[in-house]
Amino acid sequence: MALLQIAEPGQSAAPHEHKLAIGIDLGTTNSLVATVQSGEARTLNDDSGTAMLPSVVRYQADGISVGSDAAQAATQDPANTLISVKRFLGKTQAEIEQSYGQLPYQFCEDNGSLAIETAAGKISPVKASSHILASLKARAEQSFGNQDILGAVITVPAYFDDAQRQSTKDAAELAGINVLRLLNEPTAAAVAYGLDSGQEGIIAVYDLGGGTFDISILRLHQGVFEVMATGGDSSLGGDDFDSLLVEYFKQQTGVTALSPSDLRLFINKAKACKEALSQYAKVNVGLEFNGQSHTVEVTREIFNELATPLVKKTLRSCRRAVKDAGIENEEVLQVIMVGGSTRMPLVRSQVESFFNKEPLTSIDPDRVVALGAALQADVLVGNKPDSDMLLLDVLPLSLGLETMGGLVEKIIPRNTTIPVARAQEFTTFKDGQTAMSLHVLQGERELVDDCRSLAKFSLKGIPAMAAGAAHIRVTFKVDADGLLSVSAMEKSTGVQAEIQVKPSFGLSDEQVASMLKESMSNAKGDMQARMLKEQQVEALRVIEALEASLATDSQLLSNEELTRLQSEIAELAQVRQTATEPSDIKAAISKVDNASSVFAERRMDSSIKKALQGQSVDNV
Amino acid sequence: MRYFKLFAIPVDYNVDLALVNKNYLDLQRAVHPDRHANASSRDKLMAVQSAAEINDALQTLKHPVKRAEYMLSELGVDIRAEQQTLQDPLFLMQQMELREELEELTSATDVDAAIAQFEEKIKQLNTQYSAQLAEQLASNNEQAYQQAADNIRKLKFVYKLRDELERIEDSLFDD
Repeated sequence: MALLQIAEPGQSAAPHEHKLAIGIDLGTTNSLVATVQSGEARTLNDDSGTAMLPSVVRYQADGISVGSDAAQAATQDPANTLISVKRFLGKTQAEIEQSYGQLPYQFCEDNGSLAIETAAGKISPVKASSHILASLKARAEQSFGNQDILGAVITVPAYFDDAQRQSTKDAAELAGINVLRLLNEPTAAAVAYGLDSGQEGIIAVYDLGGGTFDISILRLHQGVFEVMATGGDSSLGGDDFDSLLVEYFKQQTGVTALSPSDLRLFINKAKACKEALSQYAKVNVGLEFNGQSHTVEVTREIFNELATPLVKKTLRSCRRAVKDAGIENEEVLQVIMVGGSTRMPLVRSQVESFFNKEPLTSIDPDRVVALGAALQADVLVGNKPDSDMLLLDVLPLSLGLETMGGLVEKIIPRNTTIPVARAQEFTTFKDGQTAMSLHVLQGERELVDDCRSLAKFSLKGIPAMAAGAAHIRVTFKVDADGLLSVSAMEKSTGVQAEIQVKPSFGLSDEQVASMLKESMSNAKGDMQARMLKEQQVEALRVIEALEASLATDSQLLSNEELTRLQSEIAELAQVRQTATEPSDIKAAISKVDNASSVFAERRMDSSIKKALQGQSVDNV
Repeated sequence: MRYFKLFAIPVDYNVDLALVNKNYLDLQRAVHPDRHANASSRDKLMAVQSAAEINDALQTLKHPVKRAEYMLSELGVDIRAEQQTLQDPLFLMQQMELREELEELTSATDVDAAIAQFEEKIKQLNTQYSAQLAEQLASNNEQAYQQAADNIRKLKFVYKLRDELERIEDSLFDD
């Protein structure tokens, strides 16, 4: 293992030192990892020279395998081989069965969240995703000569709701990855194309992957990617085209019920048939099962006829998004094609005629997202201090609260640019009421039952007052990753209400923490060391960040304030080197953090003023 | 008028939207959390807060009704959470007629032309009330502020009509 490089405060590592950061496309069917080297983004290959890692994890009593080995075992061992697990993130068993029909898995409950029974025990979709991410991380570390990776940008479908985004972030945390940002896949694709070709104007990103469809309308202006609107369907993708062919095979061969392994065989054949039809006008599919062998002929016409309703469905979402963006089809300058399913000739021709524009396909549609993520990771980690790049995203689905009668009141409407904070006031219903519960939902419909339940919050510790006297201000915050947090305060007394979050899907913070512990329990002695190291790295980051800020902005502090802050920093540097308890460093960090709050505020104000310097002279 | 100051634009109901958009991007480029991905957690928190405020300011400045309500509340008349209804029988009568007309749009012989015509009507109303609002908000006169409040209430009706029209257009598209 490489030694951590430590520089004296104020003499931090050379400014041009290249920091290692990766971009990960955690796909439904395949996942990829990419990085920027010598100014160019490229995907990283595994030992056999392949970039795409099938998003498949096989769980056996004696071990876990990820990728093509697992995928090959899918036919023989369908129940233990988890495929397209991304579609299960943040979902219930009922929703999964309704959307995808017969699946070869044994679903179960694990501490109130969805899991799948395997030979290696109960596996949650988050855990399976973390195994895919860990495999990609290991690949990247290996290609970097086992140096530490500072952080990763992980992409998610633009349409992912809070539960799905949170699950993705949890999976990354379990895999030991520092998430710099969750980035919408279409935005990542635009980054890859935008930076390569310097496009300006309105761009539509049509992303038809293995299990999700996204359409995003982006505006590119002076290096800024603004998402004007997003739409799509988190349960529509290449797998659905395969399902259509599976149904067609069943109909042609006269079979009604399939065993899990036969179903897997049919799905594999369907996938191969679909891919072959992108090149050939006719494909003969051989199917052997129940001791019989059948041959089904599929022409491109038959397939197009089967597939047309699905493609039309994607175009309806396109029309909606174009409208949401407040533009007309003709204003779209470019259409970017993303996802392996856009190789289907039917998809290309339909999209072309919808936008009346030949879509861009020059970057491999399977890699374009990972490449874009890598480019942003490179900027975020600080390798390009002069970069102007800024990615503005929007909230994909409205956030609301349950009100009387099972109705949803919208607090933050969809397509609001994030980060965003909105406050809402509530009052008590009974005299002396000290607690209150809130139900947070996401979706566009008016009834609670038609929206997605995100979490139930209970506010406790409200001071006892007459009914209607307490004014509880609940603030909803959505960060740049699209993740929600909630805080509450009783206004007249200033009492901060205690909040308990019970996510309706996915995992609670405690569950993630205990899973993390579990994953480290094999090496208990290492745990203390790992936590200490983590705190040392964090302390170093804080010191370096503050030293850098002081170097440019120390004039914003009075002499007294400056001296105090400097002595706190010096103390942290001292503690960082001598402490043996992680909690000691943590305490010192939080002391410095508090001491620097005024400084942080003034610096933000000053950068806001600087941003518009010259403007005020011209205009006021 | 903090939002106007934040965006370095003159305090005037008639805003230069192109300038607002341009300054918005410059501001976000300075404060967005992505620009502080490596900073201390205190700086990151500050970045999220500032970016959220700038986003809020943009939404307010861009939307004619929200902008008017914001300016009026800064001038001391806050009608944003009001329950008060509009007392203007003539206006309400006109609105009812427009609603009826709206409901009959889909049964017109030339639906597209009918929609275009209706859109034009909404636009005229919008221009009329907006022009009055700009004057009233700049008047420095308490009575004019009260009239502005009424104008905002009227503008809300107009925007509701516009939303309804959009819904009708959508439902035609979806067929």
